[in-house]
Order: sequence, then C-alpha cells, then structure tokens
Amino acid sequence: MSSAPAGPRADRRARVAIAGNPNTGKTTIFNRLTGAHQKVGNYAGVTVEIHEGRLQLQKSGAIDLIDVPGTYSLSARSREEELAIQAIAGLEPFKSPDLVVVVADATQLSRNLYFVLQVLELGLPCVIALNMTDMLAERGLEVDARALEGELGVRVVECSAVSGKGLPELLGAIDASLAAAGTHVPRRHTALESAELAEDVLAVAATVPLVWSRGSLERKRALALWALLSLEEHDELADVPPPMRACVRERREQAAAAGRTIDAEIIQARYAWIDSHLERFLKEAANKPKSRTERIDALLLNPVAGFGIFLLLMGIVFQSLFTWASPMMGGIESVFDALADWMRGALPAGLGREFLTEGLIAGVGSVLVFLPQILMLFLFIGLMEDTGYMARAAFLMDRVMRSIGLSGRAFVPMISGYACAVPAILATRTMERQRDRTLTMLVIPLMSCSARLPVYALIIGALFPPSAVFGFVPVQGLLMVGMYLFSTLMALVAAAVLSRTLFKAKTPPLILELPPYRMPHWPSVLRMMWQRSRAFLQQAGGVILACTVILWVLLHFPRDEARDSSFETQRTALVAKGESHSELDAREAAENMRHSFGGEVGHAIEPAIAPLGFDWKIGIGLVGAFAAREVFVTTLGVVYGAGGDVDEESATLRSKIKAESRADGKPVYTPLVGLSLMIFFALACQCMSTLAAVKRETQSWKWPVFLFAYMGVLAWVASFVVYQGGRWLGFA
Amino acid sequence: MGYSETQSQLAMRPLNDLRPGDRARLTRVGGERGFRRRLMEMGFLPGTEVRLVRSVGIGDLIELEVRGAHISLRRSEAQALYLEPPR
Repeated sequence: MSSAPAGPRADRRARVAIAGNPNTGKTTIFNRLTGAHQKVGNYAGVTVEIHEGRLQLQKSGAIDLIDVPGTYSLSARSREEELAIQAIAGLEPFKSPDLVVVVADATQLSRNLYFVLQVLELGLPCVIALNMTDMLAERGLEVDARALEGELGVRVVECSAVSGKGLPELLGAIDASLAAAGTHVPRRHTALESAELAEDVLAVAATVPLVWSRGSLERKRALALWALLSLEEHDELADVPPPMRACVRERREQAAAAGRTIDAEIIQARYAWIDSHLERFLKEAANKPKSRTERIDALLLNPVAGFGIFLLLMGIVFQSLFTWASPMMGGIESVFDALADWMRGALPAGLGREFLTEGLIAGVGSVLVFLPQILMLFLFIGLMEDTGYMARAAFLMDRVMRSIGLSGRAFVPMISGYACAVPAILATRTMERQRDRTLTMLVIPLMSCSARLPVYALIIGALFPPSAVFGFVPVQGLLMVGMYLFSTLMALVAAAVLSRTLFKAKTPPLILELPPYRMPHWPSVLRMMWQRSRAFLQQAGGVILACTVILWVLLHFPRDEARDSSFETQRTALVAKGESHSELDAREAAENMRHSFGGEVGHAIEPAIAPLGFDWKIGIGLVGAFAAREVFVTTLGVVYGAGGDVDEESATLRSKIKAESRADGKPVYTPLVGLSLMIFFALACQCMSTLAAVKRETQSWKWPVFLFAYMGVLAWVASFVVYQGGRWLGFA
Repeated sequence: MGYSETQSQLAMRPLNDLRPGDRARLTRVGGERGFRRRLMEMGFLPGTEVRLVRSVGIGDLIELEVRGAHISLRRSEAQALYLEPPR
C-alpha cells in the first residue's frame, strides 16, 4: 500500500480545511485562529460564502485555513453540504487540502466520530479538535482524549471554542502534522462486513480517476465507498466521471435485486467500529442529569407559550427594525444632506454641482441609509443562530410554512422582508434546498418593505381624510395597516401558487437538529453581522449607486439651451428687482424633467398606465422609483414644481398633489387613484437592488427577470381591478 | 448485523407509538434514500436506543433523543421508523 505525498510543496502555501458537523463550534474556532485576517474565498459557481484566513506557523510557514460549511457526513442533503464534500475531497473547484482539522463535539462523540472516520478513510492527514470537553461534566460524561488518539492514529486536541482554551495546542498539532504530512500513512478502521460489498467497492474503485486517487489504493477504495453511498441521480457533483456514475448505478441495482441495502451496510460498518470502541474513551456517569436545554425547551417549544414567545420575539425584531433603526437612518440622511449643502456652498452653480449633490451624494446616501436596518437584522439572525434558537423557530413554523410550500427556515427571511428585501434575500442562505431558497427569494419582495412606507405616507396623508370610522378607528392608520396585511397576504398567496406550479416538488422529509442552548459568542456574532452587511454594501451598493446616477441623468437630460437661457433671463430680472427666485427654480426643474428622457418615458408609458388611473407625471415618478421606491416622493416633488427637497410630510407637495388636475379640470388624484397607486407600489418590483441581489444569489438572469415580470403583471392587474372596479361601483 | 424484513415485520411497532419520556430500540429505519441515509449517518441504526422527548408540538413535529443529540422529525415521516416491541 502506497500513499502519495500530500504534504505542502515549497512553491505554495499549505491548505488546511476546517470541517465538522453543524453546531460544533467550528466557525468560532476558525474565527479565533484567524482573527481579522479573513476573506471570502473566490470559487467559480459557488454562491455560498467560503471564508478563508491566513496563518503563520512556526515550522510550516504561512498556511491558508478554509472554513468548510458544516456537514453531518460526506453525503449531501443541501448545496452547502455538497460544497463541504468538494472542499474536503478536493473536487473542482477546490484544491485538495493538505490537512483537515475536524472539529468534533465531545458531547456527541459517536455521531462526530462517524464524520471523522469518513475523512480518515480518504487518507487525508487529519487533526481532531475535540471541542466542548468543558461541557462533558454537566452531562455526566468523561472523555479520554489520549485513548481516542491511540485508537484513531491522529492527533486529538481538547479545546474550547468559547474560552479559547487549547487553541495554541491545536495550532501546534496542525503545524506538526503538516510538517510530517509527507510521511503520513492512512490507517483503515472500518472492516467491510460482506464479501459482496468488498466486490462492489473493488468494481467502483477501478473507475476512480487518477487525479482523484493520486495513485493511492487506499484513497481509491475510500472514494469508491463514498461514491456507492453518496452519489445520487440528481446531485450537483458535475465533476464525477460518467463511467463511475454508471458503475455505481449498476452495482446498486444488482445489490437491490439481491435484497441488500448498500447504504445500510456501509454506514453500519462504520458505526460498528464506533460502538465497539466508544467505551474505551468515553465514560458515562451512572445518573445523567436532565439537561438545561430540555427544561428551556419545555417552555420554548410549548404549543401555546412557546408560540407566544416566538411571536413576541418576532414582534420585537420587527418593531426595532422600524423604530430603533430610524434615528440612525435619520442621522445618516442628515449627514448626507449637510454634505450636499456644504458642497452647494463650496462649488460654483452648474450641472457638475447638481450631479455631485443630487446624483452622487444622494446615491451614496440612499445605499448607506439601509445600513442600520441591515446591521440590526443580521445581529438578530446571528443571535438566533448562535444561541440555537433558530432551529426552534424552524420547529415552530414548520407546519405553517409547509402549508404554503416552504420550509420553517423560510420564516425569518420572509419577515425580514418587512425591513428590506435585500438583506432578507441574503438571509435565505440558511436554507437547505436551492428550490426553497429561490422560491423564498421570489416572494420576499412582496413583503411591504420600509421603502414603500414614505410612498404610502404621502398618498394617505394627501388624499385620505384624518377622520375616523366607528368614531375611533383612524382611517389613515387603518389604511396603513391594511397595506401591510395586503402585502403579507399576497406574499403567502404567491408562495402557495408558485410552490404548486413552477416549483412543484415533493416536500423533502425534515431532519432538524435542536442543538443545546448556549450563550452567544459575541465576537463571532458581531463578525458575522459585519461580514453579511459588508456583502450587502459591496454587492447591492454598487448597483444602487449606478442606478441612482443613471436615473439622475435620465431625469435631467437632454438640456435645451433656449429654455435654459429663457429661465436665466427671468432669473436675472427677479434678482435685479431683489425678489426671490426659488419658485422660478422649481418651475425650471419641473420643465427640465418634463422634457428629459425620463419625461419621455413617462409620456410613452401613459397609455399602459392610464387604465390604472395614472397620468404621465405619475409615470415619471414610477421611472424614478426604480432607483429606490422612496425616490418616487422626491421625483414627484420635482415634477410638480415643489422642488426636489421634499419628503412625504411636505405640506407643499401634498397640496400640489391635491391641486393637480386633468385636462377636463377633474382632479388627477382621487382616493381611488391613491389606492390604485399604493397597490401598484405594494406589488411591483420597482427595486434595482432587489433584482441585483437575486441575480447574485441565483447566479442567473432567469430569476430576476422572472421576478420583475411576475410582480409587474401582478401589480398592473391588481391596480386595474381596483381602479376600474372602483369606477364601476361609482367611486370617482 | 443487518435485519431481515420478514422477521422484523412480525413484531414491530411504529415509532409513533412511543409516549413522551419512553425509550426503545430501533429495529428498522425506512423512508426515501436521502432521508434514511442521513438518519442512519446520524446514528439511527437498528439496535440504537431512542427516547421520545416531546410529541405535542405545533403541527406534527416530534423530538427524539438519539446518541445524545436532539433531532426533530415530522410525525408523518417518522412512520417509516420501527421499534422493538415492549418487553
């Protein structure tokens, strides 16, 4: 038996993959080892973020540490797990690691050892980081790491991810194992039970390509075993050669015909080793105390109290995304306003200044204004994941979400959509199946996000009386609540319809681990919050910024020199008389916008939006709203000559809107038009950043295009029904 | 090692017969391939002891303790798991 040297060559840094079951503290150990020296790895076609960090070791020099997604085994049930397999086995696009650090949870040793055995079978040099040994005592357990080391034949280092204890020793073991990697001889632990299975393995081993086995018989056998157990008809492991797939299929069919189950044979062989050796290194106390987690779950998973607590927590999250973030958002807005004001004073008047203040600074501001909500959302998600509560949320919501064709894990991303669809779309990464992720992404933008709020506020404030129904329920508040209920209902209906049509699939069986509760590790939570928020700024930020600038150009060009000079003459006249020219300026801006490209688009789409009760000026507003929905308000401000410096509370803008009339003298804005407009905003996907986020997360143009189209059609039809139906019923 | 279908059919009871707090040994792990394989890899094997922690949840989820881990399954899907008859 020979083993190809897998040790680091002189011309490159050694790659060390850090792997393990979910909830073993793997990422915390990774964060502690690498500190701030991390980046997101760049792999073709990989949407899951793989973090990498660089370390300096005494003997081995600089190494790259790769944080592999958590997985129970090398047979995947989700895309993240498939990536873990590719990263550990060194399949494309990953390079083979020189060493694998398996983080094992000492409190669940047998299951963690199953994964350890799989990695060892691949013949990779390995170090076991035995985590949570400090929690063994309260569970009435005691582990003998030296005995385990002896049985496995690899270094086992006891450590604690939370306190950082044992990590220097872990680094030392990594260093020593890397240095000795060239002489590493893999040891086989599991014996194959039957002669038939041995034959299957031999047959498949013959089809293992040389680049995988690197000439090692042991690795050939391990990969054959892995293929027999793990290959599926519809997995995404594109790298597996067709002859190997064919051989696996044939062998499995033969076995099934003979009444054998290959999966059970392989798995049982590994557990047979674990069960027969476990007592040599794990001692169980006679009376096991009932776990704290179980006592907490008696309350938190209680059908009544647990559900109530969950809804209360979600209410707090929801409320805080609105109210706690709003002072910070106001602060960011005023900083950018002040910056624009300062620039107006410092620079000479002209297009360049207008572009800087109204285009660029407003654009950057419109990206950063979301940051408080996004940070807060990811803080909550991080806390829920780190404490173990996220799994309980999935437990509680499974039934409800399943009725609309989604998994329990879709719930948190969906309600995050009330704040902003972009971070909510990023939050779908916690979901197991790509189908569920895509479906969730397609309905999240229907949830009424906070950018729709200014639009609702403007319309409701301008067009609906501040009176009350039944003497005490305020009409305006009722409408606002109604819009939220409507959007939520539409999102649920859309999920139900899509899951029964385009995304028709059998609900996969649920296997949900409820990990023990633990105190959050704040550095990890905060790091994750920052990493995810930064991803938003980098990915969506660029698109939002570019769109804001492009839309600014669309709404300000082409210029007309005759018009410019005519306004200039009038302005000079006013200045000579010592009168204010602010009204003239607003009129000029309105004129310019009407004749801009955007204005032309407004005119061009008028026939399409007239049946919804909208005129071409509203059309310009809809064009402007593509940068971000709240831009609708400022665009209308300019179109109606109230100036671009308005918000939804502006009395000038509200009165201009009420006074706006059609050619026949009737008002443009009736309550019915207002309702139609709000419905349109609730349903249409007027958000470039959402489309950019979906494109990035699905790695295809198909889904953003579909999203835009289906929401647009939905919005048009709903507004049409409301407006025409309302008119038919006799409402003006 | 292993089990024969015919022999286990005679004296098997479904996992859903378990009451909260009860323990029993598994005899058979069924269901579709991915589900069965993952459960077995998590240590749900014939001969392994399971404890039903909770069965009255929202909807139809049950919670099991297997090899020190707490795993939640849907009652309808747990039908594919069978236990040794009570002694």
